[in-house]
Amino acid sequence: MSDSPVAIEGAHTAHEHPPYQRHHFETMEQQVDATGFAMWLFLLTEIMFFGGLFTAYLIYRNWYYPAFVAGSHQLAIIWGTLNTGVLISSSFTMAMGVWCAETRRKGGLVLCLVLTFLLGLVFLGIKTIEYSEKIEKHHVPGFHYSLKSFTNPDSDPEAKAYGDKPLPLDMARHTEMYFGLYFAMTGMHALHMIIGIAILAFMIVKAQAGAYTTGHITFVENFGLYWHFVDIVWIFLFPLLYLISRHG
Amino acid sequence: MSSEISSYGFEETIVRLPDQSTARIPKVNFISKEHGLLSWLLTGDHKRIAMMYLASITFFFAIGGALAGLIRLELLTPQSDLMATDTYNKVFTMHGVVMIFLFLVPSVPATLGNFLIPLMIGAKDLALPKINLLSWYLYMAAGCMVIYTMAAGGVDTGWTFTVPLSTHYLNTNVLSTGIAIFIAGFSSIFTGLNFIVTIHKMRAPGMTWFRLPLFVWAHYAASILMVLGTPVLAIALVLVILERTMGIGVFDPAKGGDPILFQHLFWFYSHPAVYIMILPGMGVISEVISTFSRKRVFGYTAVAFSSVAIAVFGFFVWEHHMFIMGVSNYSTLVFSLLTMLVAVPSAIKIFNWSFTLYKGSITFETPMLYAFGFMGLFTIGGLTGVFLGTTGTDIHLTETYFIVAHFHFVMVGGMLMAFLSGIHFWWPKMTGRMYPEKISQLAALVTFIGFNFTFFPQFILGTLGMPRRYAAYPAEFQVLNVFSTAGATILGVGYLLPILYLTWSLKYGEIAGNNPWQATGLEWQIQSPPLTENFPEIPIVDHDAYDYEWLERKHEREAVTSVR
Repeated sequence: MSDSPVAIEGAHTAHEHPPYQRHHFETMEQQVDATGFAMWLFLLTEIMFFGGLFTAYLIYRNWYYPAFVAGSHQLAIIWGTLNTGVLISSSFTMAMGVWCAETRRKGGLVLCLVLTFLLGLVFLGIKTIEYSEKIEKHHVPGFHYSLKSFTNPDSDPEAKAYGDKPLPLDMARHTEMYFGLYFAMTGMHALHMIIGIAILAFMIVKAQAGAYTTGHITFVENFGLYWHFVDIVWIFLFPLLYLISRHG
Repeated sequence: MSSEISSYGFEETIVRLPDQSTARIPKVNFISKEHGLLSWLLTGDHKRIAMMYLASITFFFAIGGALAGLIRLELLTPQSDLMATDTYNKVFTMHGVVMIFLFLVPSVPATLGNFLIPLMIGAKDLALPKINLLSWYLYMAAGCMVIYTMAAGGVDTGWTFTVPLSTHYLNTNVLSTGIAIFIAGFSSIFTGLNFIVTIHKMRAPGMTWFRLPLFVWAHYAASILMVLGTPVLAIALVLVILERTMGIGVFDPAKGGDPILFQHLFWFYSHPAVYIMILPGMGVISEVISTFSRKRVFGYTAVAFSSVAIAVFGFFVWEHHMFIMGVSNYSTLVFSLLTMLVAVPSAIKIFNWSFTLYKGSITFETPMLYAFGFMGLFTIGGLTGVFLGTTGTDIHLTETYFIVAHFHFVMVGGMLMAFLSGIHFWWPKMTGRMYPEKISQLAALVTFIGFNFTFFPQFILGTLGMPRRYAAYPAEFQVLNVFSTAGATILGVGYLLPILYLTWSLKYGEIAGNNPWQATGLEWQIQSPPLTENFPEIPIVDHDAYDYEWLERKHEREAVTSVR
């Protein structure tokens, strides 16, 4: 027993490999392959996760189309578009970050990660503004939900701007479903953003210490995949939630 | 059980143990390598994580089993006298939640699969050891939430969380149970993801897909289901939680929501989950049947692909849980037909195992006894599933004890038998010691008898129309219920025995040596218990799975070198 660690140490130094190669992988290539594959599989589970929400959305949108149109008119397209721009920019800075890590540019990597981090915060800030508008107008599902904007659109500046006709009461009530899905879908997306931003903060600290610019970029690369995925989810959410009645 | 090496020919056992007077457990192995609680709690070693899973799963099995005992005790008499009816609702709900999410889903994959997949494919560990450990912590977190739920007064929705019952009408701990299952789901996702990556990327040189043991194929198929199905359950539970806390309306008919949507999302996971539970068990049976009949599994390729076929078909049959819930007649027709399709790959497996036995040199060690139990009971469970997949008979039989008997035949008669078979089969590899053979054969027999006594009467009760999930029943059903409760007592003894003698064997069992069963898998060619790094040198695989002639040649070579 006592001499075993020595024996294993000896075996370990017999073949050379970089310090960041985990002991159970035979080659560095195998390690990069395996972790990358794992990340793609994880994103597949994420697709299934959001898939349940999208299914619910599609069914109810088909059933209660007028309510979904009226509900979508309550969202500010300007904020949504701005946020889409912010997210796409953050994906760009993230992609640049991966490139910087690949080409071992430490300063560039830290800059890109900080930019991605800030753009993520801007997205959440804008989302907070949008959420607070809904709270003020009692458009959060639950006991305080108000139908006024839909049964009497003239009382509501947004609905009036679109020239909405008053919805019959039972259809107007289904706008609550639209907002339920709106909060569930954007909320789940925002939760993914928050997790991403937390990981980004961790990565910025590590990147400053030079962790990802010595040739081992798996973590940055895989986080990049996650960030782009969250971005793509938004690319679907934006038209589905904001642009319902805006096709030819 | 003879301990000396006997000559070839007709014999009662294939067990070959090293000379007990000189044999020792290898001094350096994964258990002895490090000491102290932290060396276990912070380990990345798949074998240690598997052992931790084994202990925790056994713990939750005991809780689930005790709850089952309470259910059977209550049903001893027609009146609800042992407990109030709402307590009974909580007891059967917690029994279902604990047994399904904390025992059956992780049972074989997280213990045996975790321990064996790297060994079987010739790797030093799973691809993602930290994720593997995280998966155990998530499991424990979920377990703690479930225990909290029980302490806080339980939940009485049934394990299916049927809405709007769970979202609008109950004041029990739906939230904490929902969160517990959400977390347990992620534990399961990470296990499945780890297995898929490992099987794709970590195979030893020469270990091609069609040289993989069928145990690995079965786990691969189950992992696909875990990765694709579990997230849908997760989102269904998130929506239940949001519906309950915020009232978002998705499942609320008053707001235009449709409770049937919940059923679709729930069963989209929970039907494949049935195969998550059974497929790894089928993998165990393939290994055991081959080893104890000394033959390559008949139709290896067919058995391998039948696992994948079960995984694929498993995703297209979920609606057969909803035939009486107001879905369209045309879709029930389609789903009924698709359900029949799943019977095909399952039957392929049973037939191929039977053909493996044909003209094999069969011996009757404990794992084989459990495997025989599996084959019989799973066949009955599977065929009664055909009754339930047929729309006409389903309307009569669903929500009765027939369905309870059906899934207990598959899950307890099938999966639990397979789990015990596998635990006995690989116990020598995991611990380095044999379990006591005679008493474990007795335990296998007791389990089989107890099981049939418990659940066969329930088929009859179901056809007579006794509904499930009630604490009271008409007096004419009492005789069969007494039979069932008596059987459950026997079954309880059958489960208690292995826990006792396996614990005993950790210290007093005979030294097993590397390969007590003369089995061909890579895991049997290394020391027991294995080294932390599994293989001192990564093996180069030059033979198919279950190649007993290769093993014989290997033994001859070793005999020659040892003479020199």
